[in-house]
Amino acid sequence: MEVRVSNVRKEFATFPALHDVSLDIKSGELIALLGPSGSGKTTLLRLIAGLEEPTRGQIYFGDQDASHRSIQERNVGFVFQHYALFRHMTVADNIGFGLKVRPGATRPSKADIRRRATELLNLVQLPGLENRYPAQLSGGQRQRVALARAMAIEPKVLLLDEPFGALDAQVRRELRRWLREIHEATGHTTVFVTHDQEEALELADRVVVMSQGRIEQVGTADDVYDHPTSPFVYGFIGDSSTLPVKVENGQVWVSDRPIGLPITSGEPDGPATLYFRPHEVDLLDDCGGCIAGTVVASRRVAGTRRVELEIGGGRERVEIELPIEHAATQKSRIAFRPRRWKVFPTA
Amino acid sequence: MSTTPAQAGWRFKAPSVIPGFGLTLGFSLAYLTLIILIPLAGLLWRSASLGWADFWAIATDERTVKALEVSFGTAIVAALVNVVFGTIVAWILVRYRFPGRRIVDAMVDLPFALPTAVAGIALTTLYAPNGWIGQLLMPLGIKVAYTPLGIVIALIFIGLPFVVRTVQPIIEEIDKEVEEAAATLGANRWQTISRVLLPGLAPAIVTGFALAFARGVGEYGSVIFIAGNLPYVSEIAPLLIVIRLEEYDYAAATAIASIMLGLSFAMLLVINLIQSWSRKRYG
Ligand SMILES: Nc1ncnc2c1ncn2[C@@H]1O[C@H](COP(=O)(O)OP(=O)(O)O)[C@@H](O)[C@H]1O
Ligand SMILES: [Mg+2]
Repeated sequence: MEVRVSNVRKEFATFPALHDVSLDIKSGELIALLGPSGSGKTTLLRLIAGLEEPTRGQIYFGDQDASHRSIQERNVGFVFQHYALFRHMTVADNIGFGLKVRPGATRPSKADIRRRATELLNLVQLPGLENRYPAQLSGGQRQRVALARAMAIEPKVLLLDEPFGALDAQVRRELRRWLREIHEATGHTTVFVTHDQEEALELADRVVVMSQGRIEQVGTADDVYDHPTSPFVYGFIGDSSTLPVKVENGQVWVSDRPIGLPITSGEPDGPATLYFRPHEVDLLDDCGGCIAGTVVASRRVAGTRRVELEIGGGRERVEIELPIEHAATQKSRIAFRPRRWKVFPTA
Repeated sequence: MSTTPAQAGWRFKAPSVIPGFGLTLGFSLAYLTLIILIPLAGLLWRSASLGWADFWAIATDERTVKALEVSFGTAIVAALVNVVFGTIVAWILVRYRFPGRRIVDAMVDLPFALPTAVAGIALTTLYAPNGWIGQLLMPLGIKVAYTPLGIVIALIFIGLPFVVRTVQPIIEEIDKEVEEAAATLGANRWQTISRVLLPGLAPAIVTGFALAFARGVGEYGSVIFIAGNLPYVSEIAPLLIVIRLEEYDYAAATAIASIMLGLSFAMLLVINLIQSWSRKRYG
């Protein structure tokens, strides 16, 4: 089912948790809401589920306005960060709950409900655990049961709030691959929340980057990584280095010298900030139009060397990555030019 | 259940690595012996001196039987009423914010603190045929004071805090997300309460019931004022014991006391078994 969030604003008391958010979710898509803690991801997810009411704006399921439909009517599968399993019910009863509470006419028989629970347990790769209680499961197993329970009602949309947030790194990676497989097998329209960019980029068809109650950018992993459209996205996704610069005469200037980066996409003249990835730089020998600085710190990071350079008179510091062979001794001078970069006007 | 490892017979729960198990167990046993077991043993000892035939005669004496019926019957009814309304009160106190909530919260403990005789006199004044509430009920043909119904009301008053205070912390622990999960799965409010919330509260409710019941069976001070104490009708067993004592019939008093002890112990044991069963299931 397609889901359209249209100009939604959500205030708690007077605090705006979401400002005018719009988002189109395609049918069958796996989409990630990515952003730092407090950016409004959970709020957006809860609004889609109907667990919160928007202060303004609409939410459409297909072409029907669902904004004021009750939670029960929306038929969404919600997986809570802390699982929210019913602890007095067995795993099978948890999974069957959504079918059992249906009104008589649409309620499957007991045997069918039981069969469906067993099927779903197989799908989430927990065969044979029907009669366990949640207290007898590990965190990863509980999360899978929670997902099976949400899928049992054949939801129009599957919403997952930090589904792997409470698990350790090893299990997270496993479940990530597993969630992708489940999604491919079932084709549910799925929205999941995460603050882990690796998770979002690896798993999602599209990533929605959020900050302070706003959507900063929506795009594929390549889009948001290679073509960030805002300083926030540049800084939040992947590593980035920044340097205060000036845009003038179609060139980027660092302290009165052009650094060999011509403006191509019409950034206005004036003070700006240059963004680039520390590993996307070319080292230069001579410096006719480049950034040059002295090494003030150098660290070995896995397969590369990270150095901090002090640039020019302003004593600005930037980080770049060098090959291991590079000596990068203290106080030595290094000249470089970013291969891929972007300038954003300083607000 | 097939999935849990079979228990290797009955054994001590493995002591934790933190030392002190032996010492604290020894202390607890000694303390319980001193405070509870020795007095109770004395009681049984006294009634044993009676001889079986005499004991049986007292136990089956109609006045004794009636008094026991009144005591246990009213205590059970009152505890059941308290389970329903105490749970509701606890729910409201935890879940809703309203002006005066803290006052209501504090008021719940009043029956704990009030001398029971004061409670009894106050209730009697209210429910007597010419009291505020009594005179409203009189035309409806409902007599409260000086009937078992009066006893039930006194015991409801006395027992309420036991239910509220045992259920309240468990309600506080219920994650709101569990209710939301039920709603997203399509459960309406009633289904959420009856299938998700109440089963989770059941162990605490049973504990509250046990406490309120136990308190009700033993209650004396507040009951004797409102009960009217008509033998065979509204005379409670503790009062009968006191009457026997005043008649210097210590043997009869201890015999009735022993029967009460036995019945109470049996009921509490059953309640405990129910609880450990449910704990085992829900972990
Ligand atoms: N029920 C609530 N009442 C008041 N403020 C809330 C409530 N829920 C969320 N907020 C606020 O809204 C903002 C966004 O929260 P949330 O959506 O949970 O962020 P995220 O999931 O991205 O960490 C936060 O500042 C949070 O404090
Ligand atoms: Mg959140």
